[in-house]
Amino acid sequence: MPDIHDEDSYEPHPKPGVSRLDYAGEQGMAVEQETLVERDVVKREEARSLWGDAWRDLRRRPIFLISAVLILLLVVMAIFPWAFTDADPRKADLVNDYLKRPDWGDVFGVGWFGYDAQGRSIYARVVYGARASITVGIFVTAAVTVIGGLTGMVAGYFGGAVDAVISRITDIFFGIPLLLGALVLLNAFSTRTVWSVVIALGVLGWTQIARVMRGAVLTVKQADYVVAGRALGAGTGRLMFRHILPNAIAPVIVVATIALGGYIATEATLSFLGIAGRRGARRPRSEASLSEGSAS
Amino acid sequence: MGSYVLRRVLQMIPVFFGTTLLIFLMVYSLPGDPVAALFGEKAADPAVVASIKHKYFLDQPIWKQYLHYMGNLFQGDFGTSFTGRPVADIMADAFPVTIRLALMAFVFEMVLGLALGVVSGLRRGSIADTLVLIMTLVVISIPVFVLAYIAQTVFATNLGWVTPTVQDSYDLSQLILPAIVLGSLSLAFVARLTRTSIGENLRADYIRTAVAKGLPRRTIITRHLLRNSLIPVVTFLGTDLGALMGGAIVTEGIFNVQGIGNVLYRAINQKEGPTVVGIVTVLVIVYLVASLLVDLLYAVLDPRIRYA
Repeated sequence: MPDIHDEDSYEPHPKPGVSRLDYAGEQGMAVEQETLVERDVVKREEARSLWGDAWRDLRRRPIFLISAVLILLLVVMAIFPWAFTDADPRKADLVNDYLKRPDWGDVFGVGWFGYDAQGRSIYARVVYGARASITVGIFVTAAVTVIGGLTGMVAGYFGGAVDAVISRITDIFFGIPLLLGALVLLNAFSTRTVWSVVIALGVLGWTQIARVMRGAVLTVKQADYVVAGRALGAGTGRLMFRHILPNAIAPVIVVATIALGGYIATEATLSFLGIAGRRGARRPRSEASLSEGSAS
Repeated sequence: MGSYVLRRVLQMIPVFFGTTLLIFLMVYSLPGDPVAALFGEKAADPAVVASIKHKYFLDQPIWKQYLHYMGNLFQGDFGTSFTGRPVADIMADAFPVTIRLALMAFVFEMVLGLALGVVSGLRRGSIADTLVLIMTLVVISIPVFVLAYIAQTVFATNLGWVTPTVQDSYDLSQLILPAIVLGSLSLAFVARLTRTSIGENLRADYIRTAVAKGLPRRTIITRHLLRNSLIPVVTFLGTDLGALMGGAIVTEGIFNVQGIGNVLYRAINQKEGPTVVGIVTVLVIVYLVASLLVDLLYAVLDPRIRYA
């Protein structure tokens, strides 16, 4: 891969989510073996949709089931935090000593995780704080996937001058470190909420996805079915979204999933630096508790 | 080779101007008046404000400010911070510290990351492999400031091996703990990348051939396996050096290292435009040069790659 801008030899610089290769290596092996077995079975039964197939495959894997339950639990926690704790995350009672050890026996109780310096229940703050983290993670990933996916798609599909211009713009945004850029941007917001963090990270974070998407589109657009589609008179939009997109989206999904965790960590860091949202005001956040904990 | 380097350098020019313009716009055109911020709570005298704005070129349209800044930059002048100190001076104080810190973190993540990656890649499924996977997963999941505080508590407060914060930023031995914390996240990535890459190449035909030829195991691993497995790792390490320098904000803050991160964080909060733009410009240059070097290193590692 001599030049990241040469066609075919494109290899995106792995930014935070490098373990993409890791993922592909392990999953690739497992999927291969499974589909070999599956193919024989499928012949004998009635045809299933692609999604039906995927679902059938997935629900047999314990790892998938365990992770799905965990994710579901966290999402429910973000939507209905009051279902997980009776304690009010804002109620500060100085009787509760933060130097006292957490009461691990009191499962789901107010003092389960102990108290912070203001005497607020840390467990309640973690439960209520989950919403901010999950909102940032999901919405930044969505924004980044849409912006990066579209620009990467356009660059890869049209090539030539369009590609050259878009790739340079991508390079420009890629050159600014995410945390630094987000700090500068967030400083311009007079009132900062979770959504300003989403905007700041979305504006600066799309480059990685754009590079991956562009690389995937470059390989896919030479496939026979794309040529056939074009020969049959399919328009640009149809070729892009019906033929190329479904076949080029896999690496994007992998990178986006790994990046999701990275955005949550970045938001936590911004919170820690005291720049994301009004710390400790109105909306409790688990990360804010971390930085408050460090101060005490 | 020569023309390839030339082409890459030419491509770097628009990216350099674009990135500096972008950071310039972010710092100077977004809401928030840096001059008013200088006065804090006090009401500012309009005449004084106007004279300060004139001095720092802030009364000009943004594009003129940028051209003015760039013009000075190419004469080696990074401008003056609002406190009156030349930005070049500030950077001359802070950059050596950050470069040392980043280089130590870099060596740490490279040596240990490669070693862990090779061990776990060669023995997939072994206890060592599982341990490396769990360890790296933990490091990847925890934000760096939590790691920093844990390290501080364990090594300074409990064990007493080091002082909690760095007393003298020019003392290399005091930078060891911050460097380890700073490099730990990248260490996890390096280890995992190496492991995957080695796992893939172990199945390659040339490894089977090398084994069949009866080459000693050591030669196979160092000459055949490692050299072929290093390309993705080198890509990561190359972009990471710049990221380490720019990403040291949190680590430097917690350990009180008087480097770029500390200066930059203060400058961003005080809307110290000249300092922010100057430091980020240097970081962008580091990043651009590093990625060029990485691409040139490919050819050394893999002779199949030729540059036209």
